[in-house]
Parts: sequence; C-alpha cells; structure tokens
Amino acid sequence: MLILHCPYCGVDAEETELSPGGEAHVKRFGPGASDEEFRDYLFARENPKGVHFERWRHANGCGKWFHAARCTMTLEVFGTYSAQTTEPPKEIRDAITAKRPGWTWREVE
Amino acid sequence: MKRYSAFAVAREALSDHTGWGRAWRKAEPKRRYDVVIVGAGGHGLATAYYLGKNFGITNVAVLEKGWLGGGNTGRNTTIIRSNYLQDSSAAIFEKSRALYEGLSQDLNYTVMFSPRGVIMLAQTEHEVRGYQRTAHANALQGVTTEWITPQRVKELVPIINLSGPRYPVLGGLWQARGGTARHDAVAWGYARACSAMGMDIIQQCEVTGVRRDGDKVTGVDTTRGAIDCDKLGLVVAGHSGSLAQMAGFRLPIESVALQALVSEPVKPCMDVVVMANTVHGYMSQSDKGEMVIGGGTDGFNNYTQRGSFHHVEETVRALIETFPMISRLKMLRQWGGIVDMTGDRSPIISQTPVEGVFINCGWGTGGFKAIPGSGWAMAELMARGHSPLAEDFTLDRFTEGRFIDESVAAGVAH
Repeated sequence: MLILHCPYCGVDAEETELSPGGEAHVKRFGPGASDEEFRDYLFARENPKGVHFERWRHANGCGKWFHAARCTMTLEVFGTYSAQTTEPPKEIRDAITAKRPGWTWREVE
Repeated sequence: MKRYSAFAVAREALSDHTGWGRAWRKAEPKRRYDVVIVGAGGHGLATAYYLGKNFGITNVAVLEKGWLGGGNTGRNTTIIRSNYLQDSSAAIFEKSRALYEGLSQDLNYTVMFSPRGVIMLAQTEHEVRGYQRTAHANALQGVTTEWITPQRVKELVPIINLSGPRYPVLGGLWQARGGTARHDAVAWGYARACSAMGMDIIQQCEVTGVRRDGDKVTGVDTTRGAIDCDKLGLVVAGHSGSLAQMAGFRLPIESVALQALVSEPVKPCMDVVVMANTVHGYMSQSDKGEMVIGGGTDGFNNYTQRGSFHHVEETVRALIETFPMISRLKMLRQWGGIVDMTGDRSPIISQTPVEGVFINCGWGTGGFKAIPGSGWAMAELMARGHSPLAEDFTLDRFTEGRFIDESVAAGVAH
C-alpha cells in the first residue's frame, strides 16, 4: 500500500486515508487564453513513465492538499512537499536526481 | 494457412495432429511497409485485418514490444455490450457487437462469442432514472435493450439478493445480445487472418522513435532496426503517451491501473453477465466455472500492472452483499492492466498533428468489447482519411469542447 508523508500534519498516511488529485503544477492561463491553452490546462497531462508530480489530499486526516513526487514505474516515493508552490522545490529535485540521474521534467511543451 | 473445419480435424487426426503448423508466421522486419501498426493487441490486429479485408492494403507490419495480446487484451473481463447513452458511442460499440456475432466465421477461428446477455443493475434511484433514459436512447439508436423489473432480474440471476440493506436491486438495463468472448482467441484469430493475408506480425520489437521529415512521418526506429512506412498507426492503449511523445505531440490521457480477479471454478450458477456500477463491481462465470470479477480503477497514475489491494476488497465486499453465495469462494488470481483514460472517458480514433500518424487509444476500462468496431473504423480512417464511425472521436474535440461524455452517462465502469 502506498504510504505518503503529509507535510502539513506530519502523519505517514496510508493510501486509504488519501484522495488522489491528479498531476500537479498544471498551469492555468488567464483571461484571453487561447482554446489550446485552455484544453491543455483541462486535459493535456504529462502521464510519464517515471517521475510524476501529483496532488494528494489528506482527506481522512488533516484535510490539506499537498504534492508528492513519485515514480509511476516502481511506485517509489521521492518525497512530499507543500502545495503552495508552482514547481517542485530544489530538495525534491535533488532527491530525484540522486536516484534517477539524468531525469527531466516537462520535455514536451 | 490451413483452414480450420470439422473435416480438417478428421484429416489431421490421420497424422496424429502433427501437421497443423503455426497459426501465424514468425516474421523478420522488412525495410519498408505501406502501413506500420504499433501494438499487436486486439485493436492493433483488428486495424490491420480490416485494412487488408476492406481496403486491400496488405503490405502491413504489426509491431509488438512484448508478445501478441499480452497487454489489456489478455487482462480484461471479456464483457461485450453496446448499451451506451451517446449516439456516437452506441454506433461504434453496436457495430463492434454486431461484428462479434459473425467473427468466428469471418476469421475461421473460434472466438467463443457467447451472447448470454448483460444486466446493468440499478441500485439507487439515480441509476433507475439513468438506465431508463439509456433504454430510451438505445431504442432511438437501434440498439436492443430494455428496462427490466427486479422480479425479472431474479429470474435471470437466481443467485442474486434483491433486498440487500445497502444496495437493493431496483431493476436493471438488460441487453440480451451482449455477452462474452474468449479474449486470447480474438487476438489470435485476427493475427492468424492477418498473417494469411501476407502481413508481418513482429513480436519482441519495441518502437524507440518516430522518424519524421518535417511534419510528415517517414518511419519508426525499433529495437530490431529502422522501418520505413507511409502511414503509422499507434494502437498501444496505456503506453500511448510515450509513443505520442516520440512522435512529438501530447495526448489528453492518463494511465491508471484497473484490476480484475477470478475465483476457484464452481458448477454453473450464473449464465448472464451482471454489472453493478454503484459498487464498482461486475461479474460473470467463465466456461471453466471461475467467477470473473472486475473492479474499479485506482485514482493515481500507474504503469506497474498491479493495483491497490484495498480496491479489490471494496469490490468484493460490495459484491457479496448482492451475491451472498460468493462469500465462500476462494479467489485464485488477481491482476492489473494499464488503461488509458481520456478526459471524457471516450476513445480517440484520430489523425494527429503529424501527417501520416494515426492514433487509436483512450478506450479506458472498456476496450475489449470495442475491438472489431475500433479496428473497422481505424482501418477506414487510415485508408481513406475519413471514417463515419470515428468522426466524433477526434483529438480536436478536446479543443472544441465536443465531448462524448460517457463518464457521466455510465456512472463508472464502462
């Protein structure tokens, strides 16, 4: 069972305690955005085989949203971090680099 | 190819059945094909088959990373039905169901299509209204379904408990001509028929790159060398995102794990397929006697072909209220497949931003039933550039907002 550390309340929460919220750091463009930008915000996803940044909610716990970095090929969790950010923090990226040298984020724009 | 028949069985018996030969040729990749299909699952092989049968295009290679039919084609719960709400879905799934009826004769290969009937149970007032609406929509679409009472459900499924405390059965949507088929045989039958038309089916050949000349495709790089082609069909379900990335575009798809499990074999006790969408469970009995049970998907991206254990528990816990007798069954096997979910839970059969690249994906949790219809439409699209069955399932519907919203229509499993 997937176990994620909630960065807000500090609990190591099991999967049944959490609700998945899909890919993190999806950019919403402002008023006047094109149809393509709105489509990408709503539907286009990285869906990588490998490092994935995603949103989780500690639903049956403190109720807060947070982010996790996880590998979709092995289910290994690289770390969790605050949702109050628009990109993965340096320590998370370093932790991933230590285990997956040469990984990249958002190759396809 | 040796034709299969009762006469052939008698003839081969004279030589102790040593003369049958391979069902399909083992092929080495050639330098160039007119059409390359990536993915030798049901949908990819059906696409190749109808390219040859309907359009005479036989200079075709079907490339497969693993082994033939080893992905979701061999992992599903083999349910075939076409009781969809939206017109575009009903059209392609009904085409598919109709093709299944004659598939064994068409392919000269027994796919064991069993039109035993499919019931979708209504266990909430909301589902009652939803399925009555679907029954009316199906009547207009020419798909034969009917709304049936709890008493009729009990006649069809004697082992059911109608008055469960949490999930009483309030009726059902009944499609008498739905059913099941043998999933492996569907892939094998198409493969044999493709091979007989001269197509090359190349297993253990992984595509590692898509070659382009500007905005036009020129071929693929594989683990067994480069192969040139005029047209490229990507039919790889859960791995569509990686292939699209190689070709240089993104897809509105997320890959998640869907699980199924089977019990120990028991004597015949249920001769229809029952789906209970409120509780995310569906069940049928295989010809071997196993109860085949499908569950819900995990909510997070996953490529591991194994799902979360608690989803199995949820499915089984709910099903034993509706089918009390299965509480004593031992479960034999459990497995997962990676399904490709689109934003509106409807498939994509479409041209792509790269000229000559076509994609068929996004069948999500309901791909097996669609194999013949999907192949039929994809072949027409690749041969002619247009297919009436596929015209609503284009990629640009996500930009234009023309969704085919079956996730709302079907509740969950579909």
